[in-house]
Amino acid sequence: MSALSDLLRLDIASARTGLAAKDFSARELTEAYLAAADVARPLNGFITETPERALDDADAADARIQAGEAAPMTGMPIAQKDLFCTEGVKTTAASKILGGFTPPYESTVSGKLKADGAVLLGKANLDEFAMGSANITSAAGPVTNPWTPDDAPAPLTPGGSSGGSAALVAAGAVIAATGTDTGGSIRQPAALCGVVGMKPTYGRCSRWGVVAFASSLDQPGPITRSVRDAAIMLGAIAGHDPKDSTSANVPSVGFEAALAGGVKGMRVGVPREYRSDGMPEEIDALWREGVEMAKAAGAEIVDVSLPMTRMALPAYYIVALAEASSNLARYDGVRYCVREEADDLIEMYSQTRGAGFGEEVRRRILIGTYVLSAGYYDAYYKQAQKVRTLIANDFNSVFNDVDVLLAPTTPSAAFAIGEKIEDPVAMYMNDIFTVPASMAGLPAISVPAGLSAEGLPLGLQVIGRPFDEASVLKLGLALEDAAGFDRTPRLLAGAAS
Amino acid sequence: MSLDRDAVSHIARLARINVADGELDNLAGELSQILSFVEQLNSVDTTGVEPMVGVGSVMAPLRDDVVTDGAQAEAVVSNAPDPVGPYFGVPKVIE
Repeated sequence: MSALSDLLRLDIASARTGLAAKDFSARELTEAYLAAADVARPLNGFITETPERALDDADAADARIQAGEAAPMTGMPIAQKDLFCTEGVKTTAASKILGGFTPPYESTVSGKLKADGAVLLGKANLDEFAMGSANITSAAGPVTNPWTPDDAPAPLTPGGSSGGSAALVAAGAVIAATGTDTGGSIRQPAALCGVVGMKPTYGRCSRWGVVAFASSLDQPGPITRSVRDAAIMLGAIAGHDPKDSTSANVPSVGFEAALAGGVKGMRVGVPREYRSDGMPEEIDALWREGVEMAKAAGAEIVDVSLPMTRMALPAYYIVALAEASSNLARYDGVRYCVREEADDLIEMYSQTRGAGFGEEVRRRILIGTYVLSAGYYDAYYKQAQKVRTLIANDFNSVFNDVDVLLAPTTPSAAFAIGEKIEDPVAMYMNDIFTVPASMAGLPAISVPAGLSAEGLPLGLQVIGRPFDEASVLKLGLALEDAAGFDRTPRLLAGAAS
Repeated sequence: MSLDRDAVSHIARLARINVADGELDNLAGELSQILSFVEQLNSVDTTGVEPMVGVGSVMAPLRDDVVTDGAQAEAVVSNAPDPVGPYFGVPKVIE
């Protein structure tokens, strides 16, 4: 392996050590990534690349390291999902309707990483307004999963909605990336790309400056190459923010330090309802292996029941879409870039929104509008909110008995771009294992734990109590250690150099 | 619940999204599919259950009633398609 590809394979934890020991500079690390960008470009993982900004950031990071003032993310070349508003850098949410929107402000989460000295390589591709499970609804085009086999008839999807973020981390094109998770948008693409994705507890990371999809569910989080990195990056982005009234005023524990605790005696629940009819044998087998790994690491396995599991997905698709229809009302041709001219105001709204939104976003706004409309509000929206209470109650009661839950992340490995598009409901089924934790606002991580028969990565998911990311990370680390997942995808930046 | 083209047209009007006539039938089919999927929620007995409106505290936090931001009209309209000085321009609303 050349020196260049050596640098590109480091995770945050080892790059931090290398930077501190002056084995290489932030500038060298950044230049290695910029040189690798050409290899990764066909994946379409970036919507906007910011190479000049990256070099400026890298120099600033080096000065900071020199002065002995480095923070854990100083000098780390990352991507921001293009849903985070970045001051002076175009932010599209992968939608035509935002045109060339260039925020005059910085989101809290991206701002924290910036303040810590992280290096911005660019803005990562995603499903339009984070609505999708395959990154195929992006106005910037689909993202290719770097695990796509050489002889595949069509490229595989990286999952979604944080598909660009996960694909870039997997391909070695960025050291880590931010994502957002509403119903699985961090965990599902992480699983399909063979990387680590963590959705923190709702309220742990500020939503301020993140383009909103469903405000009671959206939560920013890290996509990384290792569980330790997830802990490091979470530590950098977590924290109370008065600008987000749902941001929780709870102390951030030392997430990385908590990893040392191990899982001896930890009670791990295995929710029997997740073993759905028709679960593919390889997913079931991976789950059983995960249980054995947890047991071998000293955890105690407990069979538990979450009776409302089956209702989480339909309840989610009412709550999330209702909130989306309300949030996306702001794209009216008045405040953001794109406007379709018309004679009167209402017609201007309708033309602008008709032309600016893609098909999936339009479908979701229409459903959301319908379930909130007079005569249907109680039957759909209120009923879904009541079912959401029952889902949260299920989790509350099992967490009286266990510390964390262990389940698969997705019902299958990566599928081809173009599959599952005829039937929107079939696409929604991708999130069947991730949505329940979202509905209850719980922290959850996906860790790569094995390969499918086709040689594609599969992930295991750990779900925890509110604000107990520490336990989630601990079991995540135990699974990572036991699975020893060290495979790399076919399309790997710097591999040929 | 199955939606017909007139219903979709009505919802699209409520949502202020222009939908071409030729798309209404297709869209009615897709939306009906989604609705029939979510309608399994009707099988859940929710008598006496409080709706969950969000995660965590139900009380919105209060802060001191002081000005924390403002006087940034230029930045606020900087992305508008038709800014008129420090204002948003819109088509004529009142004849």
